[in-house]
Amino acid sequence: MSRFILRRVLQMIPTILAVVLIIFVIFSVVPGSFVSSLLAEGRNVTNAQVVSHLNEQFGLDQPLPVRLWDYLSGLVQGDLGTSYRTREPVWQTIAPRLWPSIKLALAAMVLAAGVGIPLGFLAALKPGSVFDSATMVVAVSGLSLPEFWFGLLLMYAFALQLGWLPSFGYQPGSISHVILPAIALGVSPMALLARTTRSGVLDVMNADFVRTGRAKGVSEPRLVRAHVARNVLVLVLTTMGLQIGALMGQAIVIEKLFSWPGIGSLLVDSVATRDIPVVQGTVLVIVLWFLIINMLVDIAYAVIDPRIKVG
Amino acid sequence: MLTRLGLMAALAIGTATAAIAQGETPQDGGRLIFTAGYGSSITSLDITATPHTQDEIFSKAINASLYSWDPVKAEPVLELAESVEKSEDGRTYTYKLRDATFHDGSKLTADDVIYSYNRLADPEKALPGAQQILAIEGVEEVQNGTADTISGLKKIDDMTFSITMTDLADPGWSLMSNFAPIYSKDYPEDKLASQPNGLGPFKLVNYVPGSKAEYEKFEDYYEEGKPHLDKLEIVMMGEAAARDVAFRNGEIDVNILGPVQYEAYGQEAGLQDHLLEVAEVYTRNIGFNSKVEAFQDKRVRQAINHAINSEVIISKLLKDKAYPAVSWLPTSSPAFDKEAQPYAYDPEKAKELLNEAGYGDGLSFSVTATPNESWGVPIVEAIIPMLAKVGITATVDPVEPPVLSDKIFADNFDAFIWSNVSGPNALEAMKCFYSKTPQTACNYVKFSNPEFDKLYEAAGQEADPNKRNELLKQANNLLLEEAPVWFFNYNKAVMAYQPWVHGLQPNAQELAIQDYADLWIDDSAPESRK
Repeated sequence: MSRFILRRVLQMIPTILAVVLIIFVIFSVVPGSFVSSLLAEGRNVTNAQVVSHLNEQFGLDQPLPVRLWDYLSGLVQGDLGTSYRTREPVWQTIAPRLWPSIKLALAAMVLAAGVGIPLGFLAALKPGSVFDSATMVVAVSGLSLPEFWFGLLLMYAFALQLGWLPSFGYQPGSISHVILPAIALGVSPMALLARTTRSGVLDVMNADFVRTGRAKGVSEPRLVRAHVARNVLVLVLTTMGLQIGALMGQAIVIEKLFSWPGIGSLLVDSVATRDIPVVQGTVLVIVLWFLIINMLVDIAYAVIDPRIKVG
Repeated sequence: MLTRLGLMAALAIGTATAAIAQGETPQDGGRLIFTAGYGSSITSLDITATPHTQDEIFSKAINASLYSWDPVKAEPVLELAESVEKSEDGRTYTYKLRDATFHDGSKLTADDVIYSYNRLADPEKALPGAQQILAIEGVEEVQNGTADTISGLKKIDDMTFSITMTDLADPGWSLMSNFAPIYSKDYPEDKLASQPNGLGPFKLVNYVPGSKAEYEKFEDYYEEGKPHLDKLEIVMMGEAAARDVAFRNGEIDVNILGPVQYEAYGQEAGLQDHLLEVAEVYTRNIGFNSKVEAFQDKRVRQAINHAINSEVIISKLLKDKAYPAVSWLPTSSPAFDKEAQPYAYDPEKAKELLNEAGYGDGLSFSVTATPNESWGVPIVEAIIPMLAKVGITATVDPVEPPVLSDKIFADNFDAFIWSNVSGPNALEAMKCFYSKTPQTACNYVKFSNPEFDKLYEAAGQEADPNKRNELLKQANNLLLEEAPVWFFNYNKAVMAYQPWVHGLQPNAQELAIQDYADLWIDDSAPESRK
């Protein structure tokens, strides 16, 4: 197992390097700069001397290869650089945003798995029934819903009309503040999990070993619990892993809408102001999150199904 | 047209006055939740390191500057000084500081003022706030590295100092800026961005990056009996739709409105009575690059002004959340000429002018525009068919906000649409059309007119404010005639506020910037605010 983990960690390095290079090159060629973002409001004219000193301070007057070398040599020493906006180390800018993002992603996934998997399972046990059709209508709708619109709808219903929950904001330790953004973010993975679970269960239910089990007189509940569920779990876990990995990046719209101080909204603001070190840092965190989650999923395979050899 | 403008301005002031006059005797206590709607984060709690309005909303609670803007008198007034005396030559001002205390308990002295301005000028720090002190004698030398300290600043005693200016302009116009606050010379500089220490009415107690800042009343604030509120919370809410729900739900106390919400709130009982409106000092315009041959002929520029029906765009697209522009300076400017006539919508006149200029067969150009709903791509799309009617083919060059300024500074555009500050300091606003002002400063269209230059220079050397305003009025009228831009509109900023909120001011500089020391809430506020 330790060899497997080591191998997966080493495999991450080229992925991270590729992402870092792509982001660096993209933001070096796209028009607009941090300094020009200072003037974008058309309100405060920034002194030419200040502009020149800012470019010098941040090395923006250096050629691209020099900037790339500086960035990479800092990165291998664990230095993500300095934010152009805050003039603080990038890590200091990202760190306070990390837990709110993880919290939102986990809450959305708990909701998605807690509702989506049982729905898909039950629908598959009664294929063609009204419940099955209704579940699939909900699942398809969930996948098609624009997150922004759905989030607004939730705000309108549960905050404005019913007054049950706050419509926005973040309070450390508060559950009520996370419910609406988690539902808005979790509805799409919930729908996907419901569909995946349903098709997985249907496949397994038609497998030879299930038929054999039935022929041997194994009761239906035991058959489902001990044989079907365990075999479907690998597929469900794979979907969950991919979804939870992607949620941190997907949360951008929801974070902006609910004024949630996560990585996604930091990324958008940093792109808008061309704060390239922070853009690189946040993308790196999102990629690392995705890779780590999927590595954990791979390890979980071995626990669920001993036939899968992770090494 | 002018009657309509006057009426609109009167209505705006009327609404604003109603908002201010509601309060009888201010009540102390309670918590107010203010919103910062220009994004979902701020750059820095050290306001000198940023030029953004979003940051200013947060900093205004913590800091104070030598002067402040009086929104009712519409002029800068002394803030941290009790008195000022002007020298005979009109360039040196001697200030006597008031008794004021920083949040860390230290007392304000002349050394703090001198330290703060020298820090702003330090080229190594590259602080955008440096823009505000450029008119102080010796700042340029510090920025160039030929001097260590600003020669125009002199300490007389602990509470007295003088400032010598390079020109005869009133220093209040620039030193009232919230981007040039007074910091304590003894406070560690590396803490300014995380634990700011100012002279303002509120102390920062909690800051959640990307979410909110919480403040509590500063008991030693220099204004007797202020601030009224015990607590202040400012939340970052960039999404207008989310702010709308939160405001209607009573979760926030103020909400800056866009055109769509302005229309909706104006029609709803319960909301329409609590709108604060003001004509802000921003002029929305399309700047014509003088490197484009056609734009070198003023008849072409005038023709474009005649060809576009601004009032229809303001009414249909902006839902009347703007005042049609007459010329560059806004109607609130003392140098605005009330007799001036804006360009009338007259396509026939436009065609005639184009014919005279030799463009009877038409001309084409592109307009660089951001997605902004009030002065971006949607506006350009609306004017394209109007211009087509007089034979002009306009196209949109859509860009992100930072790219707009990049393209302008690189002189890589035919025309651009933008919202530019045009006040409250008329002299500063007119500088953007002075031929010696570089394109990278604010003469974006590279306007050059000897007659205008003469008027501007004379205004800069004129000590009498009335005579200066007269010269600037002539310069502004010359701009109207020369039409270096399409004069579109002056922003009408609108803030919705809860019925229990009092003390808001119609700040024409930027409505979202309020003097928190004056705000108070009454007994009708919900329990969550008490």
